[in-house]
Order: sequence, then structure tokens, then C-alpha cells
Amino acid sequence: MAESERLLALADDALILGHRLSEWTGHAPLLEEEMALGNIALDLIGTARGLYQRAGDEDRLAYHRDAPEFRNLLLVEQPNGDFAQTIVRQFLYSAFAAPFWQGAEPADIAAEAARQSAYHLRHAGEWLVRLGDGTEESHRRAQAALDGLWMYTGEMFEDRPAPLRAQWDETVDRTLARAALARPQSTYMQSGGRRGRHSEHLGYILAEMQFLQRAYPGATW
Amino acid sequence: MTETLTPLWEVFIRARTGLAHRHVGSVHAADAEMALQAARDTYTRRDEGVSLWVVPSAAITASDPAEEATLFEPAKPYRHPSFYVLPDEVGDM
Repeated sequence: MAESERLLALADDALILGHRLSEWTGHAPLLEEEMALGNIALDLIGTARGLYQRAGDEDRLAYHRDAPEFRNLLLVEQPNGDFAQTIVRQFLYSAFAAPFWQGAEPADIAAEAARQSAYHLRHAGEWLVRLGDGTEESHRRAQAALDGLWMYTGEMFEDRPAPLRAQWDETVDRTLARAALARPQSTYMQSGGRRGRHSEHLGYILAEMQFLQRAYPGATW
Repeated sequence: MTETLTPLWEVFIRARTGLAHRHVGSVHAADAEMALQAARDTYTRRDEGVSLWVVPSAAITASDPAEEATLFEPAKPYRHPSFYVLPDEVGDM
């Protein structure tokens, strides 16, 4: 994979997930969680900005590409759903991102992203334990979210070293055991995001996220 | 979520090593670990601290405002060491 493609894939993951989380602003179940999700969204968008700046023109890359040109994982574009789905999506991604950024390149961006991802993982993981091992309803919702998102997890490890996968498995199994949740048995995996083949959800995200720059190209604050 | 599932916790932050923890506000959370996370997310985004405490609000015993006159003496300025001139070099006390 060419370096600019590699940066773009990582930047798109961070931007799309950050945008998804920002959709919770004004809707989160607790004021404290509203702050937390907003903080995580800002961390991710900050990572995306740094990577886009290395890959080319930040605004052009974020606002002037169509869905088939985006290289993000299918996982991160999945809808927020209920709170359990947002937490499970964040947990599955952060369990990958936290070890991935350790010692990765570009070093300055990776160091910051590793530190932030470690907290994102802790935040989502602790929530997952409370949801899974909480009430009957929270358990049912968390398990449903896990079962629904599981098929998007395989894509994270395409062209990645095997130890990364092993580390992710270990984190997931340990947390699911604490959360009294069952690891899905299905091995069917969906992929295509890295080649620009996205679910229908990405188009809606871009329609909202890119509207201003599309309607008023070059607009600045 | 109901108050019983996410009770209130008081948040204290030590801003710098050597300073005392200071009350900054409160958060709702399911348990102590989640309260620490909520406190971090709500109160420390701008590098405010080096240490966090969370305490269940229910653990605080408060004085009765009606007993204010009994518990607290009227102001007696002569009991404060406020009639000394401090050299500038002393700094904050």
C-alpha cells in the first residue's frame, strides 16, 4: 500500500468515527457521557487532521471526496443505534487502535493517538462491562450490538501483522468475560471499505459532513 | 437513567503536586470507577489536574443551615493574622 493510501485509510477511520460520535451531541443519555463522547470525537478528528495534513490538502480530502474514494473501515461508519451499539462499536475499534498506534508511523501522531486510544478503550470497555453485566435490558442490547457489529471486525486485520489480531482477541475475550457477554461464533466477515466499497450509511454521513464545503466551496470561518 | 442507577459523586481535583485536592463539582455515575471516568471527562479536559478523588455524595454529612448562628461565630477580624505586612518575597500563603 502506498504511503498516502495508508495515511488516508487511517485518517478516514478516525474522521468517520469521530463524526459519528459527534452526532451524540445533545442526545447522550447522561450529561457526563455527552462530554465523554464529545471528547473522544475531538480526539479522533484531531488524529484525522494530522494524518490528512501529511497526505495532502486536509480540507480537500475531508470535504471533497465522494464515498467510493473513502478508505475507512465499514465498522466506523455503522450507525450510532442505541447507546449499547455506540459503545460496542467504540470498544471493538479502540481494542484495535490502542495497540495499533503503539510505535506506529508517523511517530508524533501515533504517540498522541496511542495515548488517547488507550483511554477510549478503557472508557468503552468499562461501559461495556456495566451494560453487559447490568440489567436484563442492557445485557440484551449489548449482546445484540455485539452480534450485529461482529461481521465488521475482520476488516481491521487485513494486511496487519498477526500479533495485533492476537492482542485484540485477548482484550475482547477478557472484557466480554467481565461483561458476561458471549463472543459471537459466526466467522462470516464483511469487508470492502479499504477499497471504497461502503455501506449505504457513508453517503448520508458525507451528505451532512460535507454540505457546507460543497454548497460554498472554499468557505472559511 | 434513574438516580438509583447512577447516584451522585462529588469530585475533587489536585491541580498540582503539593496542593490539596479541591472540590470542583459533581457527576452522576453507576459506580466509583465510572465516576472517576466521568470526572476525568467532565472536569480535566484542560490539563487541570494530577490526581482525582470521587466520593459518594451520600457519604457527606452536612451542617444544618438553621444552625448557622449556633455553629459559626460572627466575624472576628482580630482572630485573623491580617494585620501583618507580608514581604513580597513570601508570595502566596
